Amino acid sequence: MLDVAKRDPAIVVVGAGPAGLRAVETLAAAGLRPILIDEAPRPGGQIYRQPPVGAERPARDLYGFEAPKAVALHRLLDRLGDRVDHRPDTLAWSLLENRLDLLSAGSFDQIDFDRVILATGAMDRVLPFAGWTTPGVFTLGAAQIALKAQGVAIGRRVALVGAGPLLPLVAHQYLKAGAEIAAVLDVTPLAPKIRHGLGLAWQPATLLKGLWYTAHITLAGHPIRFGVKSLRVEGGARVEALVWTDGRGREHRVACDAVGASFGLRSEAQLADLAGCRFTFDAVTRQWQPERDPEGRSSRADVYLAGDGAAIGGADVAELAGERTALTLLADLGRPVDASRVALLDRRLARQRRFRAALEAAYPFPGHLLDAVPDDEMVCRCEGITVGRLRDTAKVREAHEMNRLKAFTRIGMGRCQGRVCGQAAAEILARTLASEPAAVGRLRGNPPVKPIPVKETL
Amino acid sequence: MKNPVAAATPLFHRLVPRAGPPVPITIDGEPVEAQTGDLLITAILTHRPHLRRFEFAAGMRAGFCLMAGCQDCWVQLADGRRVRSCSTPVEAGMAVIIGEDPQDA
Repeated sequence: MLDVAKRDPAIVVVGAGPAGLRAVETLAAAGLRPILIDEAPRPGGQIYRQPPVGAERPARDLYGFEAPKAVALHRLLDRLGDRVDHRPDTLAWSLLENRLDLLSAGSFDQIDFDRVILATGAMDRVLPFAGWTTPGVFTLGAAQIALKAQGVAIGRRVALVGAGPLLPLVAHQYLKAGAEIAAVLDVTPLAPKIRHGLGLAWQPATLLKGLWYTAHITLAGHPIRFGVKSLRVEGGARVEALVWTDGRGREHRVACDAVGASFGLRSEAQLADLAGCRFTFDAVTRQWQPERDPEGRSSRADVYLAGDGAAIGGADVAELAGERTALTLLADLGRPVDASRVALLDRRLARQRRFRAALEAAYPFPGHLLDAVPDDEMVCRCEGITVGRLRDTAKVREAHEMNRLKAFTRIGMGRCQGRVCGQAAAEILARTLASEPAAVGRLRGNPPVKPIPVKETL
Repeated sequence: MKNPVAAATPLFHRLVPRAGPPVPITIDGEPVEAQTGDLLITAILTHRPHLRRFEFAAGMRAGFCLMAGCQDCWVQLADGRRVRSCSTPVEAGMAVIIGEDPQDA
């Protein structure tokens, strides 16, 4: 009879971005052979995403200052060889008890894990504005991916809108690639960036890079307009112009054929939700996040969390957290870990936390956009549910909680499972009720976390 | 869309030349050339302004997040497959069906 106590535990890492890659590196160094599940064909995550075969370009062109970090991460799995069981092109679509449901190239699989590290990353935080479902309006992240992964701009003349450090970076990258920029608009005010500038100096290199991008786009004739109050895309079947209101209430109109707009980042925490991890509301980012202790443990003993999938920290934090969390897992298994390495990682993570706090303060949540959005605008782009329908349902049917609102309106039940609309819907509900998003709760997750062919489940 | 030129003008705009051989596909029956290394969304939007009709109301869609999250970019192929075009590499012979916005037809 097999002695189960003596076999190596089955360790699964979900996500091959900076956090997941550093996690598997650390686990492999301790002699384990982790399984690495990733939806993408090539490792790197979204931040260090690699172009498809046939669209490769030099790392310096793709990742700029970050090229050495990107290349180191891309080579990591080659270096580790079969010490990691890497499964690319594989969607982890459900996690119940200790079982992960997978879909890869049309075939269905399951893995039973002893412990899992979820490093599921983030996507753009989306808020609706007038005309945001017009073809040609993309997220800011999408504008960047189009350029990085495909060498294309999202339009001939592009307006970029943001509420975070991604905005100057994407504007810089577009200009450098020869794209025509119509406007660079930040919906958060300038003042908090100056006020919290000192705090940003906790990561001086990052601050300098941000200033460099900002200087470049300013010198190129596209200074960032801060404190934008409202946005409206003109055009029906395609984008014709972006109309925006400045901090003093004056209206401006720029002709363009594409818009890249999003408002910070949002954790992809669906698997942590299905795993039953406890979530808490973070008042600064106004998001529900899976609870995570400083060492990477969730509220569930065999589920660990690393990187932006639990809380937004950026790629550098994700690398540190991936390694730190893997060391925690090893310690929990009773394996020896290097205490001085742990202490070093903890010091670096603490420094990054001070930087992140200043960054969040510099880019406050742009809730004013939701007050400006008209009733007839969609909030759910999957099924066309309007902002007005949510506002009416909140008042007339007394839907005071997100899952009640969902039952009445189907909000969050479309193909994206609330990824795009969830936070906006909670904010709209809270604003309609003169309440707080913490009080209206959050949409309960359901498998599959992304669409899968029906035959696969049968 | 009333303006036929604007209706046919592609959305995406290539900035970086690609070396590989062209990849023949069709969009609503019309032959077009994609490039080696294209995702399907790139292959379509470098020739057209839309990917699909919106099923719940009038209007067209052209994708949104490009990272397989928003599910806005699913397209119909003539062989019966439905694929998420931002995470699907283009293949020679793909026959994409977009159709027209019923409002404009």
